[in-house]
Amino acid sequence: MIQLHQVSKVYPERGEALRQVSLQIDRGEMAFLTGPSGAGKSTLLKIIALIERHTRGQVVVDGKNLERIGRRALPYYRRHIGFIFQDHRLLTERTVFDNVALPLVVAGVGRGEIERRVRAALDKVGLLAMERRHPRALSSGEQQRVGIARAVVHRPALLLADEPTGNLDPELSLEIMRLFEQFNRVGVTVLIASHDLMLIRSMPHRIIRLRDGRVEDSGRREAS
Amino acid sequence: MNRSRRDRRARWTAWVTAHLQAAVSSLGQLVRAPLSTLITSAVIGITLCLPAALYFALEDLSRALSGLDREQSVSLYLRREVTLEQARALAGHLQTQPGVGSVSLIDADTALEQFRRQSGYDQALALLEENPLPHVLVVTPLQRLDPSGIEALQKRLAGLPEVELAQYDLLWIQRLDAILAVARRATTLVSALLAIAVLVIVGNTIRVAIDQRRDEIVIGKLFGATDAFMRRPFLYAGAGYGLFAGVIACILLGLGELLLQGPVTRVSGLYQSGFRLGWIDPGNLLSLLLSGLLLGLIGAWFTVVRRLREIEPQ
Ligand SMILES: Nc1ncnc2c1ncn2[C@@H]1O[C@H](COP(=O)(O)OP(=O)(O)OP(=O)(O)O)[C@@H](O)[C@H]1O
Ligand SMILES: [Mg+2]
Repeated sequence: MIQLHQVSKVYPERGEALRQVSLQIDRGEMAFLTGPSGAGKSTLLKIIALIERHTRGQVVVDGKNLERIGRRALPYYRRHIGFIFQDHRLLTERTVFDNVALPLVVAGVGRGEIERRVRAALDKVGLLAMERRHPRALSSGEQQRVGIARAVVHRPALLLADEPTGNLDPELSLEIMRLFEQFNRVGVTVLIASHDLMLIRSMPHRIIRLRDGRVEDSGRREAS
Repeated sequence: MNRSRRDRRARWTAWVTAHLQAAVSSLGQLVRAPLSTLITSAVIGITLCLPAALYFALEDLSRALSGLDREQSVSLYLRREVTLEQARALAGHLQTQPGVGSVSLIDADTALEQFRRQSGYDQALALLEENPLPHVLVVTPLQRLDPSGIEALQKRLAGLPEVELAQYDLLWIQRLDAILAVARRATTLVSALLAIAVLVIVGNTIRVAIDQRRDEIVIGKLFGATDAFMRRPFLYAGAGYGLFAGVIACILLGLGELLLQGPVTRVSGLYQSGFRLGWIDPGNLLSLLLSGLLLGLIGAWFTVVRRLREIEPQ
């Protein structure tokens, strides 16, 4: 699903944030990305979501070479991805329903279909009763679940999450991770950046370790 | 085949729905902040109505002028000592001259009477001990002459011993035409400047609106919104401001006509012209609404294209 070949990222102000990173993540796989602060976890996710462009090397996602995706094709590429942020990034002026509906609205999905899919997504994260509320009236864990519902409502093939449990207590964190496992079980490829070693070690998934912009451990015996 | 047609229909429906939604939501946003919408639209409306009033008035004036009797003639103001009989004789003599079509005599008493009736200076005129006006002969050429021809005729007639002053009557119309041409050019210039002002006002308003919805734009882009999708509500907002401003400009023109029609009619009456302000005219109002809409759309377009490109997810 994701192939990185000798990928480097240079921020002009800072220098190399990623150095010749080579990785492969299979379709339907669930993997964690970990490493100390500044290791380049967020940068890697942003490159895959085309929020940042890589400087050298090659990135292929779902068979598409990212260098070939120009400005016009970018929105359509992003419709195959669900992105989850540590700080939720919900629109505070909009209801939970409208927040979750956004990826469908921008893709021009019809009203009836939107209602059906938003309710299904909210149901999966256990927030069906709160669709009329505003994000500010929700707890941090609930807000994160709204963010997850938004990230899966358009049924993306790839789910990327940057510190999705960063602000949550251990119990809530586990609950969120279980949710990701559920999506993974129905075939979604999931890549999660997380500091929370305790939590991710307790789960039976691949752990990729970055340090200083290099892959320290690809988490795969056969890949070394 | 049937299927592809159904697909196309579905896509078309989705497209129309998307536009309707964008239009309704933009309109909703304008209505939700009625005061600022009203102020912005009023500023644009005033900016629109000024050149429109000038332009429409000039058009009417040109039309009124082209409708005037443009028969060429030379008026001969005779010397005071020339008697009515001598004037008649001169008229008869001129009648026989080559190139002269007709000669009519306006004797001094009739002229004074006419002037008294039209000007309303009854009392002042009553103070005069004698009629200050001379007899006048109006000479019309046999056929239409070009400006140099009529000037030659005027020169020739001015040389007659009985004639104090020979005046070519179309001169004032020519002068007015020239003045109108200047006014028209100036109006075009003013319109262009004010159109730019409208573009700037709309552009700035839309820029503020975009900045207020920055988060929404970032999230939208992150989840696959196209530029066209993101542009749409702001373009509708720009068009909305423009259209609303057009309505306000129409109302202002209406008020202006109401206030100015009286005095204007009085002035044009003095010139024996049927000229009236014709601002309130379906064609005028429609073109005002359309220019408002277009300027709003264009002003929004310039800002939106540039600004949305700058806002990217981080
Ligand atoms: N937009 C940017 N401009 C310049 N430098 C940046 C930018 N984004 C990240 N960096 C730098 O790149 C390096 C990697 O950053 P990144 O955010 O990927 O780290 P991270 O592993 O996600 O860290 P954390 O665990 O703190 O989130 C850091 O040194 C950071 O300062
Ligand atoms: Mg990070």
